Amino acid sequence: MAETEPGPRLAGHSVRRTDFAEKVTGTAKYCVDLTAEGMLHARVVRSERPHARILAVHTEQAAASPGVVAVLTSADLEGLFPRFGHIIPDHCILAIGKVRYYGEPVALVVAETLFQAADAAELVTVDYEDLPAVLTAEQALRAGAPLVHERSYGSGGDTSFLDGEATGTGSRSNVAHEASVEWGDVDAALADSALVVQTEALFPMLYAYAMEPYNALASYRDGSLLVHSTAQHPFMVRDDLARIFGLPLSRIRVIAPYLGGGYGSKSYTKVEPMAAVASWATGRPVKLVLNVEESIYTTRVDSARVRMRSGFDADGRLRARDCDIEMDSGAYADNSPLVLDKAVNRCFGPYRVPNLRIRGRSVYTNTSPASSYRGFGAPQGALAGETNLDQAAGLLGISPADIRRRNLVGPKEELLPGKRPMDADLPADLDLLVASLQEGARPRAGELYGIGFACTASDAGAFPVSTATVRLATDGSVTVLSGSTEMGQGSKTVLGLIAAEELGVDLAVVQVFQSDTSATSYERTTGASRTTTLTGLAVQRACADVRAKLREMASETFGCEAAEVTVGEGRVRGPDGQVVSLGTAVTSWFGSKSGEVTGVGIVRKSGETASMPPFWEIGMAGLALAVDPETGQVRVDQLVTVGDVGFALNPQAVEGQDLGAATQGIGMALFEELVYDGPQIVNPNIVEYRVPKSTDLPRRIDTMIVQRADGVGPYGAKGSGEGALNPMSAAAATAIARATGRWSLRLPLTPERVWRLIRESAADGTAAGVTDAEHTAAGPGATDTERG
Amino acid sequence: MAAGREEPVPAGPASSLRITAAVNGTRLSRTVPVRMTLAQLLRDELGLTGTKVSCDMEACGACSVLVDSEPVSSCTFLAADADGREVLTVEGLAGTGGVSDLQEAFMQNYALQCGFCTPGFLMMATALLRDNPYPSQEEITEFLEGNICRCTGYRPIVEAIEQVARSRRSRGGD
Repeated sequence: MAETEPGPRLAGHSVRRTDFAEKVTGTAKYCVDLTAEGMLHARVVRSERPHARILAVHTEQAAASPGVVAVLTSADLEGLFPRFGHIIPDHCILAIGKVRYYGEPVALVVAETLFQAADAAELVTVDYEDLPAVLTAEQALRAGAPLVHERSYGSGGDTSFLDGEATGTGSRSNVAHEASVEWGDVDAALADSALVVQTEALFPMLYAYAMEPYNALASYRDGSLLVHSTAQHPFMVRDDLARIFGLPLSRIRVIAPYLGGGYGSKSYTKVEPMAAVASWATGRPVKLVLNVEESIYTTRVDSARVRMRSGFDADGRLRARDCDIEMDSGAYADNSPLVLDKAVNRCFGPYRVPNLRIRGRSVYTNTSPASSYRGFGAPQGALAGETNLDQAAGLLGISPADIRRRNLVGPKEELLPGKRPMDADLPADLDLLVASLQEGARPRAGELYGIGFACTASDAGAFPVSTATVRLATDGSVTVLSGSTEMGQGSKTVLGLIAAEELGVDLAVVQVFQSDTSATSYERTTGASRTTTLTGLAVQRACADVRAKLREMASETFGCEAAEVTVGEGRVRGPDGQVVSLGTAVTSWFGSKSGEVTGVGIVRKSGETASMPPFWEIGMAGLALAVDPETGQVRVDQLVTVGDVGFALNPQAVEGQDLGAATQGIGMALFEELVYDGPQIVNPNIVEYRVPKSTDLPRRIDTMIVQRADGVGPYGAKGSGEGALNPMSAAAATAIARATGRWSLRLPLTPERVWRLIRESAADGTAAGVTDAEHTAAGPGATDTERG
Repeated sequence: MAAGREEPVPAGPASSLRITAAVNGTRLSRTVPVRMTLAQLLRDELGLTGTKVSCDMEACGACSVLVDSEPVSSCTFLAADADGREVLTVEGLAGTGGVSDLQEAFMQNYALQCGFCTPGFLMMATALLRDNPYPSQEEITEFLEGNICRCTGYRPIVEAIEQVARSRRSRGGD
């Protein structure tokens, strides 16, 4: 007799998040709140040059300063592997031989108090010999350009990150990584097209601004290392630290408490090596907390220049897309090679493209290192890819909705050859999106008004490796162990919810412990919107393992076959009317008041998750922007998102993810940009780096959730969290073009830039103020077009 | 590069001061360095880590606390200036009967995700509702303009505050 099939009893209903009570009372512990007995404080001395040979670092005065215990430079790291990097191990813990960007760590001052460390850090001086610098990707790619890295580094050891191999060619050029995807005969198809539209977009450098800055507390003792840090992926950080110290993985314990935001920016190793070597050198726990300026210089978002050329039939069907992506990845690779791979896969959109050629390069420059950010290459690619479609629609005289309807892949249709077929109904999602935007449009007199929307599909979920442990105690309460990090997305709750659902117990008796490499289960990463889907599956399977063990155990105590035992609704039932609680099933088998059942769940690239990607993450969002014709000031009139998530285990959390992601997307489109002026960022702070504020709240917000149970995750779930951000840059650029009559694909669309568009538009008499999503955009043509 | 959480101040005889303040109703005396911020006093000396520091330049609101009932950014407010005053932090919001109606409304409305900005929003909302028990949506967003949340998109925060205002009104006052 089969076990009772668990149906969603709790899952699918919004529940109180289990981390909220701690967070509203101030008792929740974040890494920055932690201390340790005998703890020292570290302060980083940073490069004031973009590219320079280090002639000498003068540390004597700082070392003699009150309270200073050690001043470290790379020379003090002898015996250690002095670099890190999970794809390309190019990243110096402390600069070796030369500095590669303004802000690079050169020395580390470790003192009894924060004040003493800060004071002494001012006393460290560095003699430099300037080297010619490459401050833009364009400069870096010129023949004979100075090299950011004179040597290559080999692989970081984990090649599963990349579709191909890490193609670091640092010894010959500044190209950190190249990626491409190609099929068909693009040149012939373009020559043959009724219309060819070329679009060039400039996506700026961004800062994720997770509000808790990067920080770590490390303690190296007796050949073991304990690190608490703001890491999204503690297991990946463990791997880097093990290589640095030459220790077995089991001697490195990395714990990620609640994170004060991540959004991808806390993926992979950041400040942990510095805190760890400081503890190794001093024999005491060391805490290192960066400020926001230092955090900005630690990791930014890859800027990109994307050129998209598409050929269309007269009725708007895509014949070919040809795209070139050039990403400025800064001085160290970090995760940019993967961001590039993803940008290549994501830039051409969820469309049938019979002939495709996408080529991308991730380029080293003497600027701050770039890495992952929510959306992972999708926002960069979509800006060019989606506006290119809108421009074509305008020229062909068809609506932006129709041009997409004619090209979107349908359910179960293949988008990338050999990859998972589309596990979503994009045409149906698009209809919902467009209908809501049309219904909600409220242009006001005296404002220019434009609607823009875009569609993206991301190969999400990352490489499927997840494990979970579920422990059933003698009182029927449940402990879930997972290596997935709670960074605000609500994973602590949703993983508990799955366990409660699967074991038929109340959420209140389930406790979830996360992200401790020595005490919780292995999890590859917390990113790519994977947790609900992949970690969720692991928890679901661990619960199934618990149930299977309970059936075996009860078959002994009941004296029947295991197949005759059912487990459900928090009870274990035998064939002759026996009913015991889960806890009693445990204690009866152990024969005392003690014992426990441990279930293990594993997800790997096999079975349901054999096909890559594990799921397609859909971005289906749009907005309406109202523009003040006098000032260029932009008001977000409405924001609409369609969350195609398969099944929403906790709907309120899904809506929160979509609204939060879309809001970051609005920031990216309208406000945010890190500006380099020469070697320095001129706005490395939150006064001059402008993020969305409460007063930017759209007049109307419609966050729809679509549930078709078409995902591979628990109950048909798919991931959420990045999707709603990805289309926003393109949606905003299109809305501005419709409002002003002119295209600008140089983000952010600041009031000044928008005002210039209005002026240019008035000067050449372009029609403006087109508001409709279903009808042809009248005026704005492409940046560059040719008719066949 | 510039960028210190603390600017160096020459050590000297007047580098610290004795202060007395009430924090969440508890009177205490401490000798504090003159350059110590209120946030550092609360977090590092008193262990009240509910108050968070983020931008460190009075722009994000995460470190907001109430000093004599007025909101201040504790990242730039000197501990020495708290002498003789009453400080209220997030740890002082919940009464003996559990969380306050504002904290409860934040939970119900999903007005937080990572929670790092939440203490600052709670303190600001406390100040807002005390002075303006029935704020309009526009008054709420204006008042909170100096508080950044990177997770929620703000709407649930505004809704939580509106809910508290509505329920206080239906109960006939604060």
